[in-house]
Amino acid sequence: MSVTIKDVEYIAKLARLKFEEDEKEKLCKEMNQILEYMAKLNELDTENIEPLSHPIELNNVFREDEIKQSVSTEEALKNAPDKDAQFFRVPKIINVE
Amino acid sequence: MNSNYEAVIGLEVHAQLLTKSKIFCSCSTEFGSLPNTNVCPICLGHPGVLPVLNLHALEFIIRMGLATGCSVNTQSIFARKNYFYPDLPKGYQISQFEKPVCENGYIEIEENKNIRIKRIHLEEDAGKLIHEHGNVSLVDVNRCGVPLIEIVSEPDIHSSKDAVTYLTKLRQILIYLGICDGNMEEGSLRCDANISVRQKGEVALGTRTEVKNMNSFKNVEAAIKHEINRQIGIIEEGNKVVQETLLWNAELNESISMRGKEQAHDYRYFPEPDLEPMIISDEWKQQIKSTIPELPDEKKKRFCSEYKLPKYDAEILTSSRELANYYEKVVQVTQNYKAASNWIMSDVLKIINERKIAINEFSISAENLGRLINLITGNKINGKIAKKVFELMLLENKTPEDIVQEKKLLQITDTCAIENIVEDIIQKSPEQVEDYLAGKEKIIGYFVGKVMAVTKGKANPQIVNEILIKKLNKKRHI
Repeated sequence: MSVTIKDVEYIAKLARLKFEEDEKEKLCKEMNQILEYMAKLNELDTENIEPLSHPIELNNVFREDEIKQSVSTEEALKNAPDKDAQFFRVPKIINVE
Repeated sequence: MNSNYEAVIGLEVHAQLLTKSKIFCSCSTEFGSLPNTNVCPICLGHPGVLPVLNLHALEFIIRMGLATGCSVNTQSIFARKNYFYPDLPKGYQISQFEKPVCENGYIEIEENKNIRIKRIHLEEDAGKLIHEHGNVSLVDVNRCGVPLIEIVSEPDIHSSKDAVTYLTKLRQILIYLGICDGNMEEGSLRCDANISVRQKGEVALGTRTEVKNMNSFKNVEAAIKHEINRQIGIIEEGNKVVQETLLWNAELNESISMRGKEQAHDYRYFPEPDLEPMIISDEWKQQIKSTIPELPDEKKKRFCSEYKLPKYDAEILTSSRELANYYEKVVQVTQNYKAASNWIMSDVLKIINERKIAINEFSISAENLGRLINLITGNKINGKIAKKVFELMLLENKTPEDIVQEKKLLQITDTCAIENIVEDIIQKSPEQVEDYLAGKEKIIGYFVGKVMAVTKGKANPQIVNEILIKKLNKKRHI
């Protein structure tokens, strides 16, 4: 398995990132290096081993259905790059053609 | 629909769970709060926060799974569904992919007609976007993290009518279980449909489209019907159906394309590392099972056998738990089961629908309605007077016995008194008597009317009829 420039472009698009040609080449090389390194794991025999979704052996962590004080609207909006008194403001994205 | 074709439909239904707080944080789920007031760092998607599952949300989905014959998985995990859209601050939605809580259930929509349920999983809702004029949208995060279950059916549905029946049944069960309010207009119940058509007899599935934004039963039926016909039209013209998502526009009665296949999403699901696996033991399942109330289908069957009601009556009376309870309270007072059903289905439901109120807000108590029916059965008042008493009971909280006494509405069953009145009327109506004797038997209604006018409607109609016929026939022999 090796990463191509096309893969880099696709992943960049999914992450909403934009790269110059030389950056793409560099990323492509680095990603391949990471995968090569991880490929070492393929040397292990995992035939009869259940896939592990969570490394810590802990389950059924719940909370009771209780309402607790939320943060104020003002606080919630504090870090927003764009806002009005009550809302976050974002560029309009509508999928309808 | 063109009879050479068969439609294949699967429904994805999102139901908002009736928890007080959100699924992974302690913010309120209240509908209609001011924008961005029920928010905290967790549902705002701030870095470094840790979601923790609301126990009620998990219990609710297990209840739904058990009520629809699903197997509840012993182990279940959450997954991240990755996509960028401004209604989702984290850049991913916490949902389930592998190992959902419930799998492989079914809902019976008619006798011997089941729609299979593929899976039911837990997930969080997204926020609300308000598109302003110009190039700006406003984001309200209140709805972010409100608990939802998604109920995915197998493609077992073949008509818009069956789709609506399935959805109606599903909604009824959710409401009976007390886990969702079923309000489609407010969005606590949402339905998307995957639709394809194929030539009858063909095994392979046609290209499917997904129709969204159908926020009422009427819209679901209209949108599915429209989409089936649209696809058949395309195929008949020799073209191919394009796989796409469509938005239903109820005002225009048409669907609008949202995004084509070339922009198909790549959600890159992976196990959510912040939430630990859920282990659901058999004991726990049993314990939750014991909290499930009698469901609509069981109740309907019991009403048919226990109260000897026709299926139609049982269907209407069990349409909600509250209405069924009201009926059962009425028949604790009166043994006349069918009369109780008739009064509720015609008179009570008429008022409730007119006033747009719930049965719990209806002013006549079940006990008083039962007593009213007993007055009729016991020949104390006749049917017509009973309607009058019913009207009066709507106005003030009094027992029917009190009203009958106060307004002197007790039925006249005194044969002597009725005979005298009838005699008098016959004397005064020679023409009508002749008509009757000439064979116009329908004119008997004229005499009954006269008697009722004199007695202010209180005469026992059966006795009046008997006496009238007896007296009029006597004239024949003279």
